[in-house]
Amino acid sequence: MRLSPSPRGPLLKPGAVGWAKRRRRVPTTSDRGGHGASRLSPPYGPLLAGMASVVSCLLISTLLAAEIPQNERRSGTAFMSRDTQAMQEDDRANPGMLAVLDGEALWNQAPAGAKACAGCHGDASSSMKGVAARYPAFAEARGRPIDLEQRINLCRTEHQHAPPLAWEARELLALTAYVANQSRGMPITAGMDERTRPFVEAGRSLYNRRQGQLDLSCAQCHDDNWGKRLAGSVIPQAHPTGYPEYRLEWQSIGSLQRRLRSCTFGVRAEQLPYGAPEQVDLELYLMWRARGMPLETPAVRP
Amino acid sequence: MTQALVNVPAKAKRGEAIEIKTLISHPMETGYRHDTNGAAIPRDIIHTFVARYNGEEVFRADLHPAIAANPFITFFTVATESGVIELTWTLDHGEPVTQKANIIVE
Amino acid sequence: MGERGPTESSTRRHFLAAAGAVALAPIFVRPARATPDTMAAAIREVVGEAPVREGKITLELPPLVENGNAVPMTVTVDSPMTAAEHVKRIHVFNEKNPQPNIATFHLGPRAGKAKISTRVRLADSQKVIAIAELSDGSFWSANADMIVTLAACLEESP
Repeated sequence: MRLSPSPRGPLLKPGAVGWAKRRRRVPTTSDRGGHGASRLSPPYGPLLAGMASVVSCLLISTLLAAEIPQNERRSGTAFMSRDTQAMQEDDRANPGMLAVLDGEALWNQAPAGAKACAGCHGDASSSMKGVAARYPAFAEARGRPIDLEQRINLCRTEHQHAPPLAWEARELLALTAYVANQSRGMPITAGMDERTRPFVEAGRSLYNRRQGQLDLSCAQCHDDNWGKRLAGSVIPQAHPTGYPEYRLEWQSIGSLQRRLRSCTFGVRAEQLPYGAPEQVDLELYLMWRARGMPLETPAVRP
Repeated sequence: MTQALVNVPAKAKRGEAIEIKTLISHPMETGYRHDTNGAAIPRDIIHTFVARYNGEEVFRADLHPAIAANPFITFFTVATESGVIELTWTLDHGEPVTQKANIIVE
Repeated sequence: MGERGPTESSTRRHFLAAAGAVALAPIFVRPARATPDTMAAAIREVVGEAPVREGKITLELPPLVENGNAVPMTVTVDSPMTAAEHVKRIHVFNEKNPQPNIATFHLGPRAGKAKISTRVRLADSQKVIAIAELSDGSFWSANADMIVTLAACLEESP
Protein backbone atom coordinates (compact mmCIF):
# COMPACT_ATOMS: atom_id res chain seq x y z
CA MET A 1 0.00 0.00 0.00
CA ARG A 2 1.36 3.43 -0.94
CA LEU A 3 2.17 5.83 1.87
CA SER A 4 1.75 9.48 1.16
CA PRO A 5 3.56 12.15 3.18
CA SER A 6 1.38 13.97 5.66
CA PRO A 7 -0.05 17.02 3.94
CA ARG A 8 1.37 20.28 5.15
CA GLY A 9 -1.66 22.23 4.13
CA PRO A 10 -5.28 21.26 3.65
CA LEU A 11 -5.62 17.80 2.18
CA LEU A 12 -7.53 19.17 -0.78
CA LYS A 13 -7.72 22.65 -2.11
CA PRO A 14 -11.38 23.39 -2.75
CA GLY A 15 -12.05 24.94 -6.09
CA ALA A 16 -8.67 24.10 -7.57
CA VAL A 17 -9.08 23.11 -11.14
CA GLY A 18 -8.28 19.53 -11.86
CA TRP A 19 -7.83 18.38 -8.25
CA ALA A 20 -9.36 15.13 -9.35
CA LYS A 21 -6.59 14.67 -11.86
CA ARG A 22 -4.24 13.43 -9.14
CA ARG A 23 -4.86 9.81 -10.06
CA ARG A 24 -4.28 10.00 -13.78
CA ARG A 25 -3.12 12.69 -16.11
CA VAL A 26 -6.01 13.92 -18.21
CA PRO A 27 -5.02 14.41 -21.85
CA THR A 28 -5.82 17.91 -23.06
CA THR A 29 -6.36 19.18 -26.58
CA SER A 30 -2.85 20.59 -26.66
CA ASP A 31 -1.45 17.10 -25.94
CA ARG A 32 -3.05 15.76 -29.01
CA GLY A 33 -0.82 17.95 -31.11
CA GLY A 34 -3.07 20.91 -31.82
CA HIS A 35 -6.21 19.82 -33.54
CA GLY A 36 -9.27 21.91 -34.13
CA ALA A 37 -9.25 25.30 -32.50
CA SER A 38 -5.50 25.58 -32.20
CA ARG A 39 -5.24 25.49 -35.94
CA LEU A 40 -6.82 28.93 -36.00
CA SER A 41 -4.44 31.83 -36.24
CA PRO A 42 -3.26 33.45 -33.02
CA PRO A 43 -4.50 34.84 -30.71
CA TYR A 44 -7.87 33.13 -31.18
CA GLY A 45 -6.57 29.70 -31.95
CA PRO A 46 -4.38 29.15 -28.91
CA LEU A 47 -6.84 31.05 -26.71
CA LEU A 48 -9.77 28.90 -27.74
CA ALA A 49 -7.63 25.79 -27.51
CA GLY A 50 -6.63 26.83 -24.00
CA MET A 51 -10.23 27.46 -22.95
CA ALA A 52 -11.36 24.20 -24.51
CA SER A 53 -8.71 22.28 -22.66
CA VAL A 54 -9.65 23.91 -19.36
CA VAL A 55 -13.33 23.14 -19.94
CA SER A 56 -12.59 19.56 -20.96
CA CYS A 57 -10.36 19.16 -17.91
CA LEU A 58 -13.19 20.33 -15.69
CA LEU A 59 -15.72 18.09 -17.42
CA ILE A 60 -13.46 15.07 -17.47
CA SER A 61 -12.39 15.61 -13.89
CA THR A 62 -16.03 15.85 -12.82
CA LEU A 63 -16.80 12.64 -14.65
CA LEU A 64 -13.72 10.95 -13.21
CA ALA A 65 -14.75 12.16 -9.78
CA ALA A 66 -18.06 10.32 -10.19
CA GLU A 67 -16.82 6.74 -10.10
CA ILE A 68 -13.87 4.51 -9.43
CA PRO A 69 -13.29 2.36 -12.53
CA GLN A 70 -15.01 -0.99 -12.04
CA ASN A 71 -11.81 -3.01 -12.16
CA GLU A 72 -10.12 -0.77 -9.58
CA ARG A 73 -12.77 -1.31 -6.94
CA ARG A 74 -11.53 -2.94 -3.75
CA SER A 75 -13.42 -3.96 -0.66
CA GLY A 76 -12.41 -2.42 2.67
CA THR A 77 -10.80 -5.77 3.46
CA ALA A 78 -7.98 -4.95 1.08
CA PHE A 79 -7.08 -1.85 3.08
CA MET A 80 -6.81 -3.57 6.45
CA SER A 81 -3.80 -5.05 8.19
CA ARG A 82 -3.17 -8.78 7.85
CA ASP A 83 -4.23 -9.32 11.48
CA THR A 84 -7.61 -7.66 11.01
CA GLN A 85 -8.14 -9.61 7.80
CA ALA A 86 -7.41 -12.82 9.71
CA MET A 87 -10.01 -11.84 12.29
CA GLN A 88 -12.61 -11.59 9.55
CA GLU A 89 -11.61 -14.73 7.69
CA ASP A 90 -11.98 -17.15 10.62
CA ASP A 91 -15.62 -17.67 11.61
CA ARG A 92 -14.42 -18.96 14.96
CA ALA A 93 -12.54 -15.72 15.63
CA ASN A 94 -14.82 -13.16 13.94
CA PRO A 95 -16.69 -11.27 16.70
CA GLY A 96 -19.42 -10.42 14.18
CA MET A 97 -20.34 -14.11 14.13
CA LEU A 98 -21.64 -13.73 17.69
CA ALA A 99 -24.33 -11.44 16.31
CA VAL A 100 -25.07 -13.92 13.52
CA LEU A 101 -25.49 -16.66 16.16
CA ASP A 102 -27.75 -14.37 18.14
CA GLY A 103 -29.76 -13.66 15.00
CA GLU A 104 -30.20 -17.36 14.31
CA ALA A 105 -31.73 -17.80 17.76
CA LEU A 106 -34.03 -14.82 17.22
CA TRP A 107 -35.04 -16.08 13.77
CA ASN A 108 -36.48 -19.16 15.45
CA GLN A 109 -38.02 -17.36 18.39
CA ALA A 110 -41.71 -16.48 18.06
CA PRO A 111 -42.84 -13.15 19.48
CA ALA A 112 -45.95 -13.38 21.68
CA GLY A 113 -48.98 -14.57 19.73
CA ALA A 114 -47.26 -14.71 16.34
CA LYS A 115 -45.06 -16.91 14.23
CA ALA A 116 -41.29 -16.73 14.35
CA CYS A 117 -39.49 -15.58 11.21
CA ALA A 118 -38.91 -19.27 10.56
CA GLY A 119 -42.68 -19.79 10.68
CA CYS A 120 -43.08 -18.01 7.32
CA HIS A 121 -39.60 -18.05 5.88
CA GLY A 122 -38.47 -21.48 7.00
CA ASP A 123 -34.77 -22.19 6.77
CA ALA A 124 -32.99 -18.88 6.30
CA SER A 125 -30.04 -20.47 4.55
CA SER A 126 -32.30 -21.08 1.54
CA SER A 127 -35.09 -18.50 1.83
CA MET A 128 -32.80 -15.57 2.61
CA LYS A 129 -30.13 -16.41 0.07
CA GLY A 130 -29.51 -13.35 -2.10
CA VAL A 131 -31.88 -11.12 -0.15
CA ALA A 132 -29.38 -8.86 1.58
CA ALA A 133 -27.43 -8.55 -1.68
CA ARG A 134 -30.29 -6.65 -3.30
CA TYR A 135 -31.03 -4.32 -0.41
CA PRO A 136 -31.92 -1.44 -0.10
CA ALA A 137 -34.84 -2.56 -2.26
CA PHE A 138 -38.02 -0.91 -3.49
CA ALA A 139 -40.94 -1.43 -1.12
CA GLU A 140 -44.41 -1.08 -2.65
CA ALA A 141 -45.85 -0.34 0.76
CA ARG A 142 -43.62 2.72 1.11
CA GLY A 143 -43.33 3.78 -2.52
CA ARG A 144 -39.58 4.07 -2.10
CA PRO A 145 -36.56 1.88 -1.29
CA ILE A 146 -36.04 0.67 2.23
CA ASP A 147 -33.01 -0.98 3.77
CA LEU A 148 -32.81 -4.43 5.34
CA GLU A 149 -33.34 -3.17 8.88
CA GLN A 150 -36.50 -1.38 7.78
CA ARG A 151 -37.66 -4.52 5.95
CA ILE A 152 -37.22 -6.60 9.10
CA ASN A 153 -39.19 -4.08 11.12
CA LEU A 154 -41.87 -4.00 8.43
CA CYS A 155 -42.22 -7.78 8.83
CA ARG A 156 -42.34 -7.44 12.58
CA THR A 157 -45.07 -4.82 12.62
CA GLU A 158 -47.20 -6.09 9.71
CA HIS A 159 -46.85 -9.85 10.00
CA GLN A 160 -45.73 -10.54 13.54
CA HIS A 161 -47.77 -7.76 15.16
CA ALA A 162 -44.77 -6.97 17.30
CA PRO A 163 -43.30 -3.55 18.04
CA PRO A 164 -40.49 -2.49 15.72
CA LEU A 165 -36.95 -2.99 17.01
CA ALA A 166 -34.99 0.15 17.82
CA TRP A 167 -32.18 1.27 15.53
CA GLU A 168 -28.88 -0.29 16.58
CA ALA A 169 -30.66 -2.50 19.13
CA ARG A 170 -28.89 -5.80 19.71
CA GLU A 171 -31.83 -7.78 18.30
CA LEU A 172 -32.14 -5.75 15.11
CA LEU A 173 -28.41 -5.96 14.43
CA ALA A 174 -28.45 -9.69 15.14
CA LEU A 175 -31.36 -10.41 12.79
CA THR A 176 -29.90 -8.19 10.07
CA ALA A 177 -26.49 -9.83 10.45
CA TYR A 178 -28.03 -13.30 10.30
CA VAL A 179 -30.04 -12.52 7.18
CA ALA A 180 -27.13 -10.76 5.48
CA ASN A 181 -24.78 -13.61 6.33
CA GLN A 182 -26.96 -15.88 4.18
CA SER A 183 -25.85 -13.83 1.15
CA ARG A 184 -22.17 -13.96 2.03
CA GLY A 185 -20.10 -14.47 -1.10
CA MET A 186 -22.91 -13.42 -3.44
CA PRO A 187 -22.56 -10.39 -5.71
CA ILE A 188 -24.34 -7.20 -4.66
CA THR A 189 -27.32 -6.48 -6.91
CA ALA A 190 -28.87 -3.45 -5.18
CA GLY A 191 -30.12 -0.59 -7.34
CA MET A 192 -30.68 -2.67 -10.48
CA ASP A 193 -34.47 -2.36 -10.20
CA GLU A 194 -35.68 0.47 -12.48
CA ARG A 195 -37.98 1.77 -9.75
CA THR A 196 -34.97 2.53 -7.58
CA ARG A 197 -33.24 4.61 -10.26
CA PRO A 198 -34.34 8.09 -9.07
CA PHE A 199 -33.32 7.17 -5.51
CA VAL A 200 -29.91 5.94 -6.64
CA GLU A 201 -29.44 9.32 -8.32
CA ALA A 202 -30.58 11.11 -5.17
CA GLY A 203 -28.00 9.11 -3.25
CA ARG A 204 -25.35 9.97 -5.80
CA SER A 205 -26.02 13.70 -5.31
CA LEU A 206 -25.65 13.29 -1.58
CA TYR A 207 -22.41 11.40 -2.08
CA ASN A 208 -20.97 14.17 -4.23
CA ARG A 209 -22.24 17.03 -2.12
CA ARG A 210 -19.82 18.91 0.12
CA GLN A 211 -20.98 19.17 3.68
CA GLY A 212 -20.01 20.18 7.16
CA GLN A 213 -17.48 22.47 8.68
CA LEU A 214 -14.72 20.63 6.84
CA ASP A 215 -16.68 21.12 3.61
CA LEU A 216 -15.91 17.69 2.28
CA SER A 217 -17.97 15.36 0.13
CA CYS A 218 -17.81 11.57 0.39
CA ALA A 219 -16.37 11.51 -3.13
CA GLN A 220 -13.40 13.67 -2.25
CA CYS A 221 -12.01 11.11 0.17
CA HIS A 222 -13.41 7.86 -1.13
CA ASP A 223 -13.32 8.36 -4.90
CA ASP A 224 -10.32 10.60 -5.26
CA ASN A 225 -8.04 9.89 -2.35
CA TRP A 226 -8.64 6.25 -1.50
CA GLY A 227 -5.44 4.44 -0.66
CA LYS A 228 -3.88 7.55 0.81
CA ARG A 229 -3.64 8.09 4.55
CA LEU A 230 -5.70 10.35 6.75
CA ALA A 231 -4.11 10.70 10.19
CA GLY A 232 -2.52 7.26 10.20
CA SER A 233 -5.46 5.35 8.75
CA VAL A 234 -5.72 4.31 5.13
CA ILE A 235 -8.72 5.79 3.33
CA PRO A 236 -10.82 2.93 1.90
CA GLN A 237 -13.15 3.19 -1.10
CA ALA A 238 -16.23 3.03 1.14
CA HIS A 239 -17.99 0.02 -0.34
CA PRO A 240 -20.51 -1.31 2.19
CA THR A 241 -19.74 -4.92 1.43
CA GLY A 242 -19.91 -6.30 4.96
CA TYR A 243 -22.73 -4.70 6.89
CA PRO A 244 -23.72 -5.07 9.65
CA GLU A 245 -20.04 -5.11 10.46
CA TYR A 246 -17.94 -5.48 13.59
CA ARG A 247 -15.99 -2.30 13.90
CA LEU A 248 -13.04 -2.44 16.31
CA GLU A 249 -13.58 1.25 17.06
CA TRP A 250 -17.13 0.52 18.23
CA GLN A 251 -16.16 -2.71 20.02
CA SER A 252 -19.43 -4.04 18.67
CA ILE A 253 -21.34 -4.77 15.52
CA GLY A 254 -23.12 -1.85 13.86
CA SER A 255 -25.14 -0.85 10.81
CA LEU A 256 -24.24 1.10 7.69
CA GLN A 257 -26.43 3.96 8.90
CA ARG A 258 -24.35 4.16 12.05
CA ARG A 259 -21.19 4.31 9.95
CA LEU A 260 -22.61 7.04 7.72
CA ARG A 261 -23.58 9.06 10.77
CA SER A 262 -20.08 8.79 12.18
CA CYS A 263 -18.54 9.82 8.85
CA THR A 264 -20.86 12.83 8.83
CA PHE A 265 -19.76 13.63 12.34
CA GLY A 266 -16.17 13.32 11.19
CA VAL A 267 -16.56 16.16 8.70
CA ARG A 268 -18.47 18.14 11.32
CA ALA A 269 -21.76 18.05 9.50
CA GLU A 270 -25.21 17.56 10.96
CA GLN A 271 -25.98 13.88 11.24
CA LEU A 272 -29.10 12.56 9.55
CA PRO A 273 -31.41 10.73 11.93
CA TYR A 274 -31.68 6.96 11.69
CA GLY A 275 -34.18 5.97 9.02
CA ALA A 276 -34.09 9.35 7.24
CA PRO A 277 -34.95 8.84 3.55
CA GLU A 278 -31.71 10.62 2.54
CA GLN A 279 -29.75 8.16 4.63
CA VAL A 280 -31.40 5.23 2.86
CA ASP A 281 -30.85 6.91 -0.54
CA LEU A 282 -27.16 7.15 0.28
CA GLU A 283 -27.10 3.53 1.43
CA LEU A 284 -28.71 2.56 -1.86
CA TYR A 285 -26.25 4.56 -3.93
CA LEU A 286 -23.30 3.04 -2.06
CA MET A 287 -24.59 -0.49 -2.56
CA TRP A 288 -25.26 0.20 -6.24
CA ARG A 289 -21.75 1.63 -6.53
CA ALA A 290 -20.48 -1.67 -5.09
CA ARG A 291 -22.65 -3.79 -7.45
CA GLY A 292 -21.05 -7.05 -8.42
CA MET A 293 -18.73 -7.07 -5.41
CA PRO A 294 -19.30 -9.98 -3.04
CA LEU A 295 -21.09 -9.46 0.25
CA GLU A 296 -18.89 -10.20 3.27
CA THR A 297 -21.22 -9.91 6.24
CA PRO A 298 -20.15 -9.92 8.99
CA ALA A 299 -17.07 -7.90 8.07
CA VAL A 300 -14.46 -6.76 10.60
CA ARG A 301 -13.12 -3.26 10.20
CA PRO A 302 -10.68 -1.16 12.28
CA MET B 1 -28.14 -13.22 26.13
CA THR B 2 -24.43 -13.95 26.38
CA GLN B 3 -23.52 -16.01 23.37
CA ALA B 4 -20.42 -18.13 23.30
CA LEU B 5 -18.83 -19.63 20.22
CA VAL B 6 -16.71 -22.63 21.10
CA ASN B 7 -14.66 -24.73 18.73
CA VAL B 8 -13.47 -28.09 20.03
CA PRO B 9 -12.46 -30.81 17.55
CA ALA B 10 -15.11 -33.55 17.58
CA LYS B 11 -12.47 -36.29 17.33
CA ALA B 12 -8.81 -36.49 18.34
CA LYS B 13 -6.00 -39.01 18.71
CA ARG B 14 -4.97 -39.97 22.21
CA GLY B 15 -2.09 -37.82 23.38
CA GLU B 16 -2.58 -35.22 20.66
CA ALA B 17 -2.48 -31.56 21.72
CA ILE B 18 -5.73 -30.10 20.40
CA GLU B 19 -6.50 -26.42 20.00
CA ILE B 20 -9.66 -25.03 21.54
CA LYS B 21 -10.94 -21.68 20.29
CA THR B 22 -13.41 -19.68 22.30
CA LEU B 23 -15.26 -16.44 21.65
CA ILE B 24 -17.84 -14.93 23.95
CA SER B 25 -19.93 -11.77 23.61
CA HIS B 26 -19.28 -9.42 26.51
CA PRO B 27 -18.49 -5.67 26.55
CA MET B 28 -15.60 -6.05 29.03
CA GLU B 29 -16.44 -2.62 30.42
CA THR B 30 -13.16 -1.34 31.81
CA GLY B 31 -14.49 1.07 34.40
CA TYR B 32 -12.44 3.87 32.85
CA ARG B 33 -14.97 5.05 30.32
CA HIS B 34 -17.44 7.88 30.91
CA ASP B 35 -20.92 8.36 29.56
CA THR B 36 -22.16 11.54 27.88
CA ASN B 37 -22.96 13.06 31.27
CA GLY B 38 -19.42 12.53 32.47
CA ALA B 39 -20.33 9.79 34.91
CA ALA B 40 -17.96 6.82 35.04
CA ILE B 41 -19.39 3.62 33.57
CA PRO B 42 -18.72 0.96 36.22
CA ARG B 43 -16.37 -1.93 35.53
CA ASP B 44 -18.03 -5.11 34.33
CA ILE B 45 -15.74 -7.74 32.92
CA ILE B 46 -15.24 -11.48 32.67
CA HIS B 47 -12.47 -11.98 35.21
CA THR B 48 -11.89 -15.73 35.02
CA PHE B 49 -12.04 -18.36 32.30
CA VAL B 50 -11.66 -22.03 33.18
CA ALA B 51 -11.56 -25.16 31.03
CA ARG B 52 -12.32 -28.52 32.65
CA TYR B 53 -11.79 -31.83 30.93
CA ASN B 54 -13.99 -34.53 32.45
CA GLY B 55 -14.07 -32.46 35.58
CA GLU B 56 -10.35 -31.78 35.87
CA GLU B 57 -9.10 -28.23 35.38
CA VAL B 58 -6.74 -28.08 32.39
CA PHE B 59 -6.56 -24.36 31.69
CA ARG B 60 -7.32 -21.14 33.52
CA ALA B 61 -7.05 -17.50 32.57
CA ASP B 62 -7.24 -14.52 34.93
CA LEU B 63 -8.47 -11.63 32.83
CA HIS B 64 -8.17 -7.89 33.41
CA PRO B 65 -9.89 -4.92 31.67
CA ALA B 66 -7.05 -4.91 29.16
CA ILE B 67 -8.59 -7.93 27.46
CA ALA B 68 -10.57 -6.70 24.46
CA ALA B 69 -14.39 -6.74 24.31
CA ASN B 70 -15.95 -10.01 23.18
CA PRO B 71 -13.01 -12.01 24.55
CA PHE B 72 -11.33 -14.38 22.17
CA ILE B 73 -9.14 -17.01 23.85
CA THR B 74 -7.46 -19.99 22.22
CA PHE B 75 -5.37 -22.57 24.05
CA PHE B 76 -4.20 -26.16 23.79
CA THR B 77 -4.98 -29.25 25.81
CA VAL B 78 -3.95 -32.89 25.51
CA ALA B 79 -6.70 -35.22 24.25
CA THR B 80 -6.50 -37.81 27.02
CA GLU B 81 -9.86 -39.60 26.82
CA SER B 82 -13.35 -39.25 25.38
CA GLY B 83 -15.70 -37.10 27.36
CA VAL B 84 -16.81 -33.55 27.96
CA ILE B 85 -14.82 -30.37 27.89
CA GLU B 86 -16.56 -27.72 29.96
CA LEU B 87 -15.74 -24.03 29.65
CA THR B 88 -16.80 -21.52 32.27
CA TRP B 89 -16.60 -17.76 32.13
CA THR B 90 -17.04 -15.99 35.48
CA LEU B 91 -18.27 -12.42 35.37
CA ASP B 92 -17.97 -9.43 37.73
CA HIS B 93 -21.75 -9.21 37.66
CA GLY B 94 -24.19 -11.90 36.66
CA GLU B 95 -24.26 -15.67 36.54
CA PRO B 96 -21.26 -17.57 35.16
CA VAL B 97 -21.63 -18.74 31.58
CA THR B 98 -20.88 -22.38 30.79
CA GLN B 99 -20.55 -24.17 27.49
CA LYS B 100 -19.88 -27.88 27.03
CA ALA B 101 -18.40 -29.74 24.09
CA ASN B 102 -18.09 -33.47 23.55
CA ILE B 103 -14.91 -35.05 22.32
CA ILE B 104 -14.18 -38.54 21.10
CA VAL B 105 -10.61 -39.68 21.65
CA GLU B 106 -9.37 -42.75 19.84
CA MET C 1 -28.66 43.38 54.39
CA GLY C 2 -26.77 44.99 57.23
CA GLU C 3 -23.19 44.60 58.23
CA ARG C 4 -21.70 41.17 58.46
CA GLY C 5 -19.44 40.36 61.41
CA PRO C 6 -15.83 39.26 60.80
CA THR C 7 -16.54 35.59 61.71
CA GLU C 8 -19.45 35.38 59.26
CA SER C 9 -17.54 36.82 56.33
CA SER C 10 -14.42 34.72 57.02
CA THR C 11 -16.60 31.61 57.26
CA ARG C 12 -18.14 32.52 53.94
CA ARG C 13 -14.68 33.14 52.50
CA HIS C 14 -13.49 29.75 53.78
CA PHE C 15 -16.58 28.10 52.36
CA LEU C 16 -16.09 29.77 48.99
CA ALA C 17 -12.41 28.88 48.97
CA ALA C 18 -13.20 25.27 49.86
CA ALA C 19 -15.98 25.13 47.26
CA GLY C 20 -13.62 26.61 44.71
CA ALA C 21 -10.98 24.05 45.54
CA VAL C 22 -13.48 21.22 45.19
CA ALA C 23 -14.71 22.63 41.89
CA LEU C 24 -11.16 22.90 40.60
CA ALA C 25 -10.02 19.56 41.99
CA PRO C 26 -11.27 17.35 39.12
CA ILE C 27 -9.20 19.38 36.68
CA PHE C 28 -6.03 18.47 38.53
CA VAL C 29 -6.81 14.81 39.09
CA ARG C 30 -5.31 12.74 36.29
CA PRO C 31 -6.85 9.35 35.48
CA ALA C 32 -4.84 6.47 36.93
CA ARG C 33 -2.30 5.19 34.49
CA ALA C 34 0.30 2.51 34.57
CA THR C 35 3.85 3.70 34.17
CA PRO C 36 7.05 1.75 33.63
CA ASP C 37 7.36 1.87 37.46
CA THR C 38 3.93 0.42 38.22
CA MET C 39 4.55 -2.23 35.59
CA ALA C 40 7.88 -3.07 37.23
CA ALA C 41 6.08 -3.28 40.58
CA ALA C 42 3.43 -5.60 39.13
CA ILE C 43 6.16 -7.80 37.67
CA ARG C 44 7.98 -7.85 41.00
CA GLU C 45 4.81 -9.01 42.70
CA VAL C 46 4.84 -12.09 40.52
CA VAL C 47 8.55 -12.70 40.20
CA GLY C 48 9.81 -11.54 43.58
CA GLU C 49 13.57 -11.24 43.61
CA ALA C 50 14.13 -14.08 41.10
CA PRO C 51 16.06 -13.20 37.96
CA VAL C 52 14.09 -12.86 34.74
CA ARG C 53 15.95 -13.96 31.62
CA GLU C 54 15.09 -13.24 28.01
CA GLY C 55 14.28 -16.26 25.89
CA LYS C 56 12.09 -19.37 25.58
CA ILE C 57 8.96 -17.24 25.30
CA THR C 58 7.79 -15.53 22.10
CA LEU C 59 5.34 -12.66 22.07
CA GLU C 60 3.55 -12.03 18.76
CA LEU C 61 1.82 -8.69 18.32
CA PRO C 62 1.31 -6.61 15.16
CA PRO C 63 4.00 -3.89 15.02
CA LEU C 64 1.56 -1.25 13.81
CA VAL C 65 -1.86 -1.44 15.40
CA GLU C 66 -4.86 -0.21 13.43
CA ASN C 67 -7.11 0.10 16.42
CA GLY C 68 -6.06 -0.21 20.04
CA ASN C 69 -9.42 -1.68 21.03
CA ALA C 70 -8.64 -5.19 19.80
CA VAL C 71 -5.02 -6.15 19.21
CA PRO C 72 -4.40 -9.83 18.40
CA MET C 73 -1.71 -11.34 20.62
CA THR C 74 -0.13 -14.79 20.72
CA VAL C 75 2.31 -16.01 23.38
CA THR C 76 4.25 -19.20 22.81
CA VAL C 77 6.74 -20.88 25.14
CA ASP C 78 9.25 -23.41 23.91
CA SER C 79 8.68 -26.22 26.43
CA PRO C 80 8.13 -30.02 26.24
CA MET C 81 5.15 -29.58 28.60
CA THR C 82 5.85 -32.81 30.46
CA ALA C 83 5.21 -33.40 34.14
CA ALA C 84 8.90 -32.83 34.79
CA GLU C 85 9.32 -29.75 32.63
CA HIS C 86 6.44 -27.45 31.79
CA VAL C 87 5.11 -23.92 31.91
CA LYS C 88 3.14 -23.18 35.06
CA ARG C 89 1.94 -19.70 34.21
CA ILE C 90 2.29 -16.96 31.63
CA HIS C 91 1.83 -13.37 32.83
CA VAL C 92 1.30 -10.46 30.45
CA PHE C 93 1.94 -6.84 31.43
CA ASN C 94 1.75 -3.43 29.78
CA GLU C 95 3.21 0.01 30.39
CA LYS C 96 0.57 2.64 29.71
CA ASN C 97 -2.95 1.28 30.16
CA PRO C 98 -4.62 2.36 33.44
CA GLN C 99 -3.56 -0.97 34.93
CA PRO C 100 -0.31 -2.88 34.38
CA ASN C 101 -1.83 -6.38 34.23
CA ILE C 102 -3.35 -7.80 31.08
CA ALA C 103 -3.84 -11.48 31.92
CA THR C 104 -2.36 -14.53 33.62
CA PHE C 105 -2.69 -17.90 31.96
CA HIS C 106 -2.36 -21.06 34.08
CA LEU C 107 -1.06 -24.08 32.20
CA GLY C 108 0.53 -27.36 33.27
CA PRO C 109 1.45 -30.70 31.70
CA ARG C 110 -2.12 -31.22 30.47
CA ALA C 111 -1.77 -28.27 28.11
CA GLY C 112 0.36 -30.18 25.63
CA LYS C 113 1.47 -26.97 24.01
CA ALA C 114 2.18 -23.62 25.61
CA LYS C 115 0.52 -21.39 23.05
CA ILE C 116 -2.26 -18.95 23.81
CA SER C 117 -3.95 -16.38 21.61
CA THR C 118 -6.23 -13.56 22.63
CA ARG C 119 -7.00 -9.91 21.84
CA VAL C 120 -5.88 -7.09 24.09
CA ARG C 121 -6.63 -3.41 24.50
CA LEU C 122 -3.77 -0.96 24.20
CA ALA C 123 -4.46 2.61 25.21
CA ASP C 124 -1.35 4.09 23.65
CA SER C 125 1.92 3.23 21.97
CA GLN C 126 3.75 1.26 24.65
CA LYS C 127 5.72 -1.80 25.66
CA VAL C 128 4.05 -5.15 26.34
CA ILE C 129 5.92 -7.78 28.36
CA ALA C 130 5.14 -11.49 28.70
CA ILE C 131 6.77 -13.54 31.45
CA ALA C 132 6.71 -17.34 31.57
CA GLU C 133 6.98 -19.08 34.93
CA LEU C 134 8.39 -22.58 34.48
CA SER C 135 8.02 -25.65 36.68
CA ASP C 136 11.63 -25.32 37.82
CA GLY C 137 10.87 -21.89 39.23
CA SER C 138 12.70 -19.94 36.53
CA PHE C 139 11.26 -16.87 34.81
CA TRP C 140 11.67 -16.01 31.15
CA SER C 141 10.48 -12.87 29.37
CA ALA C 142 9.81 -11.40 25.95
CA ASN C 143 8.69 -7.89 25.11
CA ALA C 144 7.20 -5.97 22.19
CA ASP C 145 7.21 -2.27 21.42
CA MET C 146 3.82 -1.33 20.05
CA ILE C 147 2.78 1.64 17.95
CA VAL C 148 -0.92 2.34 18.30
CA THR C 149 -2.55 4.67 15.77
CA LEU C 150 -5.87 6.27 16.56
CA ALA C 151 -8.90 6.08 14.32
CA ALA C 152 -8.89 8.89 11.80
CA CYS C 153 -12.35 10.29 12.48
CA LEU C 154 -13.41 10.68 16.10
CA GLU C 155 -16.99 9.69 16.54
CA GLU C 156 -19.69 10.43 19.05
CA SER C 157 -22.40 8.18 20.38
CA PRO C 158 -24.30 6.30 17.66
